[in-house]
Amino acid sequence: MDKPSGLLVRSHCVGTTAVVYASDYLNKLTGERIERECRRQLNCGCRALVIDFSDTKLVNSIGISILLGIIDVAEKNGAKIAFSDVNSQTVQLFEMLGLTRHVVLAKDEREALLTLSGFETTPIVH
Amino acid sequence: MELSTQKLIHTFGALADLGQEIAGRGDFTEMVRTSMHLLLGTLALRRGAVAECVESELRSVASWGVTDQIFKELSISCEEKQEFHTGQVSDFLISSSPGSSNFVNRYRQKFAQEEIALILPMIVRDEITGVVLLGRKASGEEFSPDDFETVHAMVRHIGVGIHTHRLLEQVAERAEENRRLYEELRTIYRATVRSFAAAIDAKDKYTQGHSERVGRYSEIIAREMGWSEDEVEGIQIAGYLHDVGKLVVDRDIINAPYNINAKESSELNRHPAAGYEILAPINHPYADIPLMAKYHHERLDGRGYPEGLRDEQIPIGAKIVSLADSFDAMTTDRPYRRRRSFEDVVRDLRENSGTQFDGKVVAAFARALLKEVKGESKERRITKMLGKDYLQDENVAMLLADLITDLTAVGSAARSYK
Ligand SMILES: [Fe+2]
Repeated sequence: MDKPSGLLVRSHCVGTTAVVYASDYLNKLTGERIERECRRQLNCGCRALVIDFSDTKLVNSIGISILLGIIDVAEKNGAKIAFSDVNSQTVQLFEMLGLTRHVVLAKDEREALLTLSGFETTPIVH
Repeated sequence: MELSTQKLIHTFGALADLGQEIAGRGDFTEMVRTSMHLLLGTLALRRGAVAECVESELRSVASWGVTDQIFKELSISCEEKQEFHTGQVSDFLISSSPGSSNFVNRYRQKFAQEEIALILPMIVRDEITGVVLLGRKASGEEFSPDDFETVHAMVRHIGVGIHTHRLLEQVAERAEENRRLYEELRTIYRATVRSFAAAIDAKDKYTQGHSERVGRYSEIIAREMGWSEDEVEGIQIAGYLHDVGKLVVDRDIINAPYNINAKESSELNRHPAAGYEILAPINHPYADIPLMAKYHHERLDGRGYPEGLRDEQIPIGAKIVSLADSFDAMTTDRPYRRRRSFEDVVRDLRENSGTQFDGKVVAAFARALLKEVKGESKERRITKMLGKDYLQDENVAMLLADLITDLTAVGSAARSYK
């Protein structure tokens, strides 16, 4: 297990949308901090979440559980959520397990932001 | 890839990870949390929690998407635990209508509020050790018979994992308790030894504090010779007790060693063997204490007592105690003589190394004292025992350095003596 110190969740905000990078530690207990980061962003006023998978080769059971926690937090906050840059194998897994019923899949971060902006009630400020 | 194959691979991977996690010796809470995520992620369950039964209470160990508050409100009776043995899985699915489980019926509303869909028991050796609460599948589908089988197997694993960790914790706790008891015993033992030493010294009105000092000198020498802390503690005790045999020798003989006849002298010389008799039946926490007392008056040349052992026949511990004993005798005042000057003592040590004393032991003592004199050691324990005026001579360091050099040089000569 990785030590918690020095493990920061990479994220940034585009308007009221937070982009959070899943990275490789999604598949370990340390992945819980991605959920905490999403929760923090929503508490800070974000209305939508993009989880970016560009650095994530595969997602295991722990990763699925953590992602479901993030979906839960988003839904409870009335926020929309998109997954971007998910590889085809992982897309298949998400479809099989029903995650795609709860999130929008996007080719990349840009597309995800564009898609989510369609849902947004407040304009994006760059 | 076919859907069923992919599902199989996903489940198989989770089971393998779960096995690893449970077999690992990691942090307990992390183990349970990781196991819980593996369980939830296998079927993509939206939420869940693992709780241990502590009598009728349910204590959350890990939860995801479930508030811990719910556990404060839950309790489970013995009869309700039995329901898990006799009931069907379907009895523990949270549905809108009451079923046959009293436990589920009592908390149906709470479970529904928390979006719990299924409750499974953790059973270890026929005992309910806890429960796992599971949410619905993210796919919105109902649980299939295959799903039941998978979660059942995983929950059983987690139950055994928790049980094993708890057992190990208990073992560790016992070990810690034993260690504490042992430490306490050692403390009592050491205190007893010191009062013993005080009793020995009290019998001889001219040698107050002698045993205590011999203990300390012995300890300092052994440490300088690179003994382990445990061995060092042991020889300190041996030093405290080396003259314990004097307790059975007539007080008048002890108090008049300069004026005794042959018979009385042999009575006095009985004290090392008598000490051995006293110490041997005691189960000391350190090795060889009785032998160190028995042989502290032996000499390398075989002219010592009680057995006239020669060099290599004498245990090294006894050689250390012997030197400590003689050094203290030479450096303390006695009723029939003043203590000897340091220069004189050093001369005695040099002359008697290889015949009475072991040169290696004398050299170690000299090194320890030299470090104190030069201010290289943290404490000045020997210096303190000798009193502040004793080492005033500015030649002290040189005397010691020369002694060390000589003893190192004659090391081979001393060996050839044998
Ligand atoms: Fe003695």
